[in-house]
Amino acid sequence: MIRTRTRLVVIQVLVASMLALLAVRLWQVQVVRGAEFVEAATETRTRDVVVPAVRGQILDAAGRPLVRNRTRLVVSVDRTSLNRMEGNGREVLQRLATVLNRKPSELRMRIRACGPGVTRPCWPGSPYQPIPIDDDVTTREALQILERQEEFPGVTAEVQAVREYPGSSAGAQVLGYLQPITQEELERRDGFKAVFSGVDLVGRDGLEAVYDKELRGIPGLRRVQVDRLGKVIGVERQVQPTPGDTLITSIDSKVQAITERALAEAMKSAPTADGAAGVVLDVRTGRVLALASAPTYNPAVWTGGISEPEYQRLLSGKAGKPLVSRAIKGEFAPGSTFKISSVSAMLRDGYPLHGHYDCPGSFMVGSRPFNNFHGIGMGTLTLHTALVKSCDTIFYRAAYEQWLRDGGLRPRGKTKEPMAAMARAFGFGRATGIDLPGESAGRIPDREWKKQLWDVTKTENCRRAKSGYPEVARSSPSRAAFLKQLAYENCLEGYQWRPGDAANFSIGQGDVLVTPLQLAAAYAALVGDGKLRSPRIGWALVRPDGTMVKEIKVPVVGKLPLSQAERTYIRGALSEVASDGTAAGAFSGFPMDKVRVGGKTGTAEVYGKTDTSWFASFAPAERPRFVVVVMVSQGGMGGQTAAPAARKIYEGIYGIAPQDGQDKGKPVRAALPDHRPATQLPMIKRDGTVAR
Amino acid sequence: MAMPAGGSFARRAVAASSAVRRMDGVLLVAVAALTVIGTLLVWSSTRTWAPGSTGLVKKHILNVAIGIALTSAAVMVNHRSLRVYAPLVYVVSLIGLVLVITPLGSTVNGAHSWIMLGGGFAFQPSEFAKLGLVLMLAMLLARPVRGTDRPRTLDIGLSLGVAGFTMGLVMLQPDLGTTMVLGVITAGALVIGGVRKRWILGLALLVVCGVVAVWLLDVLEPYQIARFTAFLNPASDPRGVGYNSTQSLIAIGSGGLFGKGLFEGGQTTGRFVPEQHTDFIFTVAGEEFGFLGSVAVVALMGVILLRGMRIARLCDDRFGTLVAGVIVCWLAFQSFVNIGMTIGIMPITGLPLPFVSYGGTATFANMIAIGLLQAIHIREQPF
Repeated sequence: MIRTRTRLVVIQVLVASMLALLAVRLWQVQVVRGAEFVEAATETRTRDVVVPAVRGQILDAAGRPLVRNRTRLVVSVDRTSLNRMEGNGREVLQRLATVLNRKPSELRMRIRACGPGVTRPCWPGSPYQPIPIDDDVTTREALQILERQEEFPGVTAEVQAVREYPGSSAGAQVLGYLQPITQEELERRDGFKAVFSGVDLVGRDGLEAVYDKELRGIPGLRRVQVDRLGKVIGVERQVQPTPGDTLITSIDSKVQAITERALAEAMKSAPTADGAAGVVLDVRTGRVLALASAPTYNPAVWTGGISEPEYQRLLSGKAGKPLVSRAIKGEFAPGSTFKISSVSAMLRDGYPLHGHYDCPGSFMVGSRPFNNFHGIGMGTLTLHTALVKSCDTIFYRAAYEQWLRDGGLRPRGKTKEPMAAMARAFGFGRATGIDLPGESAGRIPDREWKKQLWDVTKTENCRRAKSGYPEVARSSPSRAAFLKQLAYENCLEGYQWRPGDAANFSIGQGDVLVTPLQLAAAYAALVGDGKLRSPRIGWALVRPDGTMVKEIKVPVVGKLPLSQAERTYIRGALSEVASDGTAAGAFSGFPMDKVRVGGKTGTAEVYGKTDTSWFASFAPAERPRFVVVVMVSQGGMGGQTAAPAARKIYEGIYGIAPQDGQDKGKPVRAALPDHRPATQLPMIKRDGTVAR
Repeated sequence: MAMPAGGSFARRAVAASSAVRRMDGVLLVAVAALTVIGTLLVWSSTRTWAPGSTGLVKKHILNVAIGIALTSAAVMVNHRSLRVYAPLVYVVSLIGLVLVITPLGSTVNGAHSWIMLGGGFAFQPSEFAKLGLVLMLAMLLARPVRGTDRPRTLDIGLSLGVAGFTMGLVMLQPDLGTTMVLGVITAGALVIGGVRKRWILGLALLVVCGVVAVWLLDVLEPYQIARFTAFLNPASDPRGVGYNSTQSLIAIGSGGLFGKGLFEGGQTTGRFVPEQHTDFIFTVAGEEFGFLGSVAVVALMGVILLRGMRIARLCDDRFGTLVAGVIVCWLAFQSFVNIGMTIGIMPITGLPLPFVSYGGTATFANMIAIGLLQAIHIREQPF
């Protein structure tokens, strides 16, 4: 038995060392490498779900919603899980199409990734996000999908907040729209990588884009526990989303609607018109009450993915490019509305304010005669009358004299170019800096600009000067000859700032381009306190419970180099335009004794097109509160198309019964009961409603 | 002490109570503790999906209760008389193994090793085959050549034949894990039985050659080899054969030092480790009780094994020593392979963890084995 005992001891040692080995290995796995496995466990066991925050509303100055949210049942498809199935989930889509009463091919198109050669309907967002394919399903349809999840793997139906526009198309270009986040944007956003978030939409234009960060809020996070089949079995951690801030704007939705209606009617009244813009500014604060562009569209088309024909229509020239806000992106020659700048330039250049100036029917600028409108001479005028009657030749003469003083074709040293300098002081030639994306700068041409343009274009011009325009000559030999001559001249002396350029500049023609908003800001500075402001639409950001986050200030960006007396003089002249001047016809019967409207018409020639119709105005003339600028592209004369539209806006603001048209004589309720812009932010109560 | 008059019942009761008093208390407590822990782990791992949440743990408790009854019965048996019946026990266990191969057997998880009894009860004959083989080998090797402590050559030959036959039947299922346990039982019996060292070494060499031959001659399917070696590098195929290895390592590793607490293991709740109430139950211990808890399980197992060893050493009877020693070899190997596979140092084979895993037949067999250890202890300990 001794041998057996020995052997038992050997076995016992063996057993003990095996157990010790287990303990050592357990120490290694659980304690030494524990953290590593904890991480691996979290990764296999949990899925992070981004809970989108409710996007903030956009309110008007009275607290009326311009954009709000409403909940909808949205059906989404997760493409990654479809791709993992046999036949890329063709059968699932087939069944889904039946439930939703759609064509399977349509669903397939909508979940394709957009890319070169793949146009809408397609999915522009991240491929890892569920793709919303129907954003307004009925409860019954949603239940059909949710109750038979085994038949619809990768398909979800959930309640989501979508954007709603109570004013339908009102302010469409101002408000902008939302689009799904792109993959690049998703990757640029660090912090958390959205595993799947139903609606990760980003503001793409307008206020939605500029105030995207504030409106968006902070998305929440829900870390769910899943089992090995991916079924959710519990919530491990939850961070509630913080809803986005509410943006209160200075837009008055009533004034906005009136402005848009006036533009639409103006477009109708001028058969050649292809676009229009209207701006209403608060003179004292520089805030925007209305910013309209025609043609417009209903931003609701963006909600839930836009269809290809709809998208193409919005982009097409035939529909008038309704996505583009002509008020901030449209660049047009301002015509006579620009004379406020030119007359100021004359004053700064030493022309006396109370002097008398000759207004012949025609003035020789160098070797070329420049005519008044219709070639009518008006004798000797004060600057006051020159503005009221819109005499051109006085400005031609001044511009020509200034051009000569600068050295004419051979400038000596540094040139003064008083007209261009003044135009810049009025804010022309650079973006106003309004809180909207994609604003145009307009153009203030001068000697330097001419030289740069020539540097860029001379090669082509000189080639054309030799070869001519054979492709044009086939249809129109005279036009081809004209173009060849032009190319020849430009090739030879295109760098020269010619006297004709200076003359055209003085009456807002030639190469001068402004946006309607720039013109409105310039007029507001002139008739207001002489300070140039960068207009703002956003007024304040508040929490959904009404707590103030920040008030958006209107920055002063410049001061007009005019004395109070000079400004008052010009304003006084403009105050007679609507009663005795070029806009008298448009304002006939308007109760000037109640509300005096001042302004300046503009009729800008555009080569090969109908004139651009302008009316830049303000009211009340004595203590201006509003600036209203209306522009109708290819609308004809300023007094005929733009001024009547502006009149309609004033009638709406002040509640004045129209003197003609189908609503003639009908009493109107004033859009602004106090006849002035809102001076206080609307009160938002704790429950989010607006105190009225 | 005055005996109550008459009635053999009373006398037997006294005998039984004195038997209980003379049992190895440490062994008893260790087995009880391990069984309680096992019951909790079975509950934790089945509560999310078992019928009525407690359906399986109730069945497990019933199994344990039957197991305790079988232990008590085994304690009553005098192992000396058991020696006489050993061939009978062995033959009965063989009948079970043969029945499995007939159409009466059923396949569960790829192993054709079950006999369905109806009513949700099933029977796994290979578990009893372990017991049968232990008794049979102990009987054969317990009669030494007169004057020595070496078994007779004939008995060694018979032992190898018996073992080979049993292992062959189990391989037909096929059940590699149990075959390996039977191999270890045989090896243990030969070593404790006093077979010459050179014979043992020769046999070991033969086994090694056999394994190499099986490897080289492509007797096994490639997937079997892959499954067997996956533990060496689970990352090579984490979704396929490496899945079990990877997931059980994650579950145990994430338990850390103190564990996540009973019922709090996310990996367990999510059922990321397959078979976590049977073969992979140790992962539940690792995740929910942490390093301290899993080492406690290993330590309790150690107590059982060392107490078993002590019983074998103290026993004056060759048969008793052999039975106790071989049972320790069996339980030690099975525990080591089971825990080892969950922490990536042993290949994955379908072996339950004794006293902890869910499974009726295994529980019965293990409990009877403990009963036998106690029976030997009662009758062989010096007064």
